[in-house]
Amino acid sequence: MIKKGNSTVPILEARNISKVYGNGVYANKNICFSLNEGEIHALVGENGAGKSTLMKILFGMEKPSTGEILIKGNPVVFSSPQDAMKYEVGMVHQHFKLVDPLSITENVVLGYEPMKNGLIDRKTAEEKVKEITKIFDIREDLSTPVGKLPVGTKQKVEIVKALYRGAKILILDEPTAVLTPQETVELFEKLIQLKNEGLTVVFISHKLREVKQITDRISVIRRGELIETFFTKDVTEQEISAKMVGTTYTSALDKGESKLTEVVLDVKNITSKGLGDISVVNNMSFTVRGGQIIGIAGVEGNGQNELIEMITGLRPIDGGSVKINGMDTAGKSIIQLRNAGLSYIPSDRIDRGLAISMTIEDNMIATKLDQKSLYTNGLLSRSKIRSMSEKLVKEYLVRCNSVEAEVGMLSGGNMQKVVVAREFTQGATLIIAEQPTRGIDVGAAKFIYEELIKLRNQGCAVLLVSADLEELYKLSDHILVMYNGEISAYIKNPSEVSETELGTYMLGVKKQSAEEIKGAYYEKE
Amino acid sequence: MEQIVSIIFSADFIFSVIRLSTPILFATMAVLISDRAGVTNIAVEGTMLFAALMGVIGSAYGGNVWTGLLVAVLSGILFSGIIAFFHLKLETDIVLTGIALNLMASGLTIFILYLLTGDKGVSTGLNSKTVPNIHIPVLRSIPVLGEMLSGHSVLTYLAFVVIAIITVFLKKTRLGTYIRAAGENAEAIDTAGISVKVVRLKALLISGAIAGLGGAFMSMSYVSMFTKDMVAGRGFIALAAEAMGHGNPILSTLSALFFGAADALSNNLQLFNFPSELTRLMPYALTIIALTFYAARAKKQLKK
Repeated sequence: MIKKGNSTVPILEARNISKVYGNGVYANKNICFSLNEGEIHALVGENGAGKSTLMKILFGMEKPSTGEILIKGNPVVFSSPQDAMKYEVGMVHQHFKLVDPLSITENVVLGYEPMKNGLIDRKTAEEKVKEITKIFDIREDLSTPVGKLPVGTKQKVEIVKALYRGAKILILDEPTAVLTPQETVELFEKLIQLKNEGLTVVFISHKLREVKQITDRISVIRRGELIETFFTKDVTEQEISAKMVGTTYTSALDKGESKLTEVVLDVKNITSKGLGDISVVNNMSFTVRGGQIIGIAGVEGNGQNELIEMITGLRPIDGGSVKINGMDTAGKSIIQLRNAGLSYIPSDRIDRGLAISMTIEDNMIATKLDQKSLYTNGLLSRSKIRSMSEKLVKEYLVRCNSVEAEVGMLSGGNMQKVVVAREFTQGATLIIAEQPTRGIDVGAAKFIYEELIKLRNQGCAVLLVSADLEELYKLSDHILVMYNGEISAYIKNPSEVSETELGTYMLGVKKQSAEEIKGAYYEKE
Repeated sequence: MEQIVSIIFSADFIFSVIRLSTPILFATMAVLISDRAGVTNIAVEGTMLFAALMGVIGSAYGGNVWTGLLVAVLSGILFSGIIAFFHLKLETDIVLTGIALNLMASGLTIFILYLLTGDKGVSTGLNSKTVPNIHIPVLRSIPVLGEMLSGHSVLTYLAFVVIAIITVFLKKTRLGTYIRAAGENAEAIDTAGISVKVVRLKALLISGAIAGLGGAFMSMSYVSMFTKDMVAGRGFIALAAEAMGHGNPILSTLSALFFGAADALSNNLQLFNFPSELTRLMPYALTIIALTFYAARAKKQLKK
């Protein structure tokens, strides 16, 4: 498809790129970054380090304040993604830019449709798309609406779209964040295949193991500056993470001892009805005891959302029961659940976790309005609210100028810390943590891990739902695997089960016996 | 009761359903094209009213019906151009803008009518023309079917042509695809290098043109003059018809025909000494009932 060229001149070079925002914050500071033709180059860094800004500049979505971009040694100016596409730069965004009701073909050719007699030439379009999709094993018919495709296939469609538009440099923003281990392996195979055909790939990721596995070179960005570029073979994961956070980061966590106590969350035969006869959650039973972290693994869309919504009172329970500290939650309001000891970190911090246009302090007290200590003479006291918020901000290391700042202005990691600060200080005995570290930086994630473990050791029951297997392995005492709305495995000792084996339960290849799964439900003798 | 049933199953009744559905069909297509682009044009009502008056004026001063039609279409485009300017350029809320324009249309048409004729209610002072009816050669001689389908206004046939064009347009043309994409995921077409605003502008202007035809039907075919507030909520009923049709041209057409039937029924019931206050309520009451069923069903599906 593409011939391997002379690699002495970088195919793309960014020289002294700086980006200053209106408020004087440097998102990128004097970055020099180059890409050799036919390499896979990782860009790693914490959230808010400036990776996305740099990529947006290279893709023409943002203009650099200073600095220049060279393609094969010639200076170019990108004022829109179209300009970037002209120079064969393509990008696959973390949040797909696909139109659900349009077919695979329509999505791929969007904006660049072949025409015939004033109408879109569907046949030619399909032929062209088919040609490119060949190497991607897209099993679905090309006229399938994209909305019906699984996430992994959607991503392939995005890559095909970039290739159709003639991309020879492909920027992938956190491509594996949404994939199962198996899908990730497949994606990597394809990327290497494309690389061998001469494509240049920029790969943004948090997951160092993946980066180490697939890339040729790695560039580390920290606080807007490009710290160093390595040849992948010359560095270890520890060295990269050290460069990313500035300090050595160990991935092993010592959870310490905890004392198991009473059953805090008792879920019995819980069911949520779906379309027709299929249940989205089907007859699940498990318990979480005080001093225990139970992890829930599973490919997204296997009933985890519905399960959590039922436990947290957001969705009616169609069958079975949920008890929190012995209280049956049927017919109870969310306030009553919270009073019974429930705290909840939702996966969607922007929609569910926070009121984005309100201040940090208002968000901090949102669940604490019944605390007398916030009132003076029956009215809310600003100064009391402020001092409490400031204390929480300090304790939970929220990086902000003032507690009066809008929560929406914070980075993802800091937003999450606001949610965590609020939810962890409720005196809760049951914490439901749903994707607690998704899309946030390593430092903030580590902090949240430590807090979760602290609560566990203090006797809290923690239910952790995560798509990040590494996280589940790190934190969970036991892991439940969900497949098709049911528990497909109860992993009593996560350290004895490999990720690959877990993957087979997640994909429904294997299922434990009913007897084994019963272990998830603890009953006092 | 028997009489009512016999009326409903008569060819005349079907004929009047088609006739009375015509403005709702135009309005529904006007709503549909804008809605699919993600900018639901709730000012279709006002656009039709404005175009109804302008069509009358255009035909009276231009001397023939076709200038009237042209003026109606152009004024529809102009009117939705105003919405586009406010919503796309100045970024005002489209619902508020739409409400403002609907209210303005009501007052503005009376004002213009008064300036030209000195009358605040009807345009009888203007010598306006009406759109001819066509008898379709072979069809007209077929019994029953001919009675139902032949002899309608040019605009009625045009309404069905518009529906066919929109169906093909959305599915098979570039702009049609962009309109669907703009309504579903604007970012997707933005990154493909197509301006969402330009796509939406075009959709709104098309919407205005179609609404203009609907307005022209009201004052140049349904009746032969402009009367104040003569659109009488058909633009709003179209919003319901489009929603019930899920933005699909064919399903939306069926819903529009349903509301047209309600209109026809209300006209016919008046013949049986039903109080006219009650019968005139029919199309609107049925809209609410239909929407209730629709919402209940949608909610049930969502629950699943």
